[in-house]
Amino acid sequence: MQASIKVSRDPAVQYLLRLGDSCLIHAQRLAEWCGHAPVLEEDIALSNMALDLVGQARAVLTRAGELEGAGHDEDQLAFLRDERDYLNLTLVELPRGDFAVTVLRNFAMATLLKLLWQRLQQSTDAELAAIAGKAVKEARYHQQHAGDWLLRLGDGTEESAKRASAALELLWPYVAEMFESDAVDEHAANAGLGPRWADLRDEWMAEVMPVLNEAKLKAPAERAFRSTGKQGRHSEHMGYILAEMQHLQRAFPGGVW
Amino acid sequence: MNETVKSEWPLWEVFVRNKSGLDHKHCGSLHAADPKMAIQLARDVYTRRQEGTSIWVVRSDQIVASDPGEKAMYFDPMEDKVYRHPTFYELPKSLDHM
Repeated sequence: MQASIKVSRDPAVQYLLRLGDSCLIHAQRLAEWCGHAPVLEEDIALSNMALDLVGQARAVLTRAGELEGAGHDEDQLAFLRDERDYLNLTLVELPRGDFAVTVLRNFAMATLLKLLWQRLQQSTDAELAAIAGKAVKEARYHQQHAGDWLLRLGDGTEESAKRASAALELLWPYVAEMFESDAVDEHAANAGLGPRWADLRDEWMAEVMPVLNEAKLKAPAERAFRSTGKQGRHSEHMGYILAEMQHLQRAFPGGVW
Repeated sequence: MNETVKSEWPLWEVFVRNKSGLDHKHCGSLHAADPKMAIQLARDVYTRRQEGTSIWVVRSDQIVASDPGEKAMYFDPMEDKVYRHPTFYELPKSLDHM
């Protein structure tokens, strides 16, 4: 059994892990549709998007490992940390749900990631800026694909509208966490590494709200609840997804293709 | 039209132009609810390995096809007309690569 690694609390590393882990866990949930999507064509589309996100996670985790300087590579960071050391948004670890949940979450995440990658193209870290230049094109497509689906579901049949609305009720409380700021964001902004996520809130709202309106969906009222995945405090679903993801590396340390 | 047929998405034919090619080539078909979705899904299904730089889609029911039953009448008469191939000309040297 492979033991866990401990990761540096350096704010730059933490900033990158939030981004990389959110891509990684989001990809894992999207990939759960492989072989199960409503139609074959969408099955391929969802897997494509999951693979884009895995590619982004690999690049960002690799860079996080380099900045950390403790010799951790992408695989060790992806598979050998304990739950508390994963810094993804709680939103992405929630169960895959039905197709409406997946579409709404993908739209929310793609919009956030697109805005992040746009800003990260100007990062003082040249490596991260290069990753962002490639990833922003992928995120733009994910946003368009998911946004079109949200319109079809929200403004579709009685059943699809009901499900889209239920998905919004379920996921909306977890959106607030995206735009919570703390010392990690402050450090990244001051160092020119990347934006405070909180600074993306207005643009995110400006892109998401019109689509919700057009889809005849109404965002629930703001609540005091805040999820804390970015701080490493996760929902009860995180342990299960990690068990599935880590099983192979833990049982066969260093196993490669 | 019964309920099953109505709930099926229409079929679309997909044409992709590759990097070096000038023409869009037929590469397959897929189901999609509307033109925009057809283009997006064509991108996901048929250009995953860098096959394309441009996509056309057309509703399959909009294509008018020749009748397979009339194949003999349509195409067999051309079998013995070899003189329609320009193989009897000597090309000038300067046009060697035509």
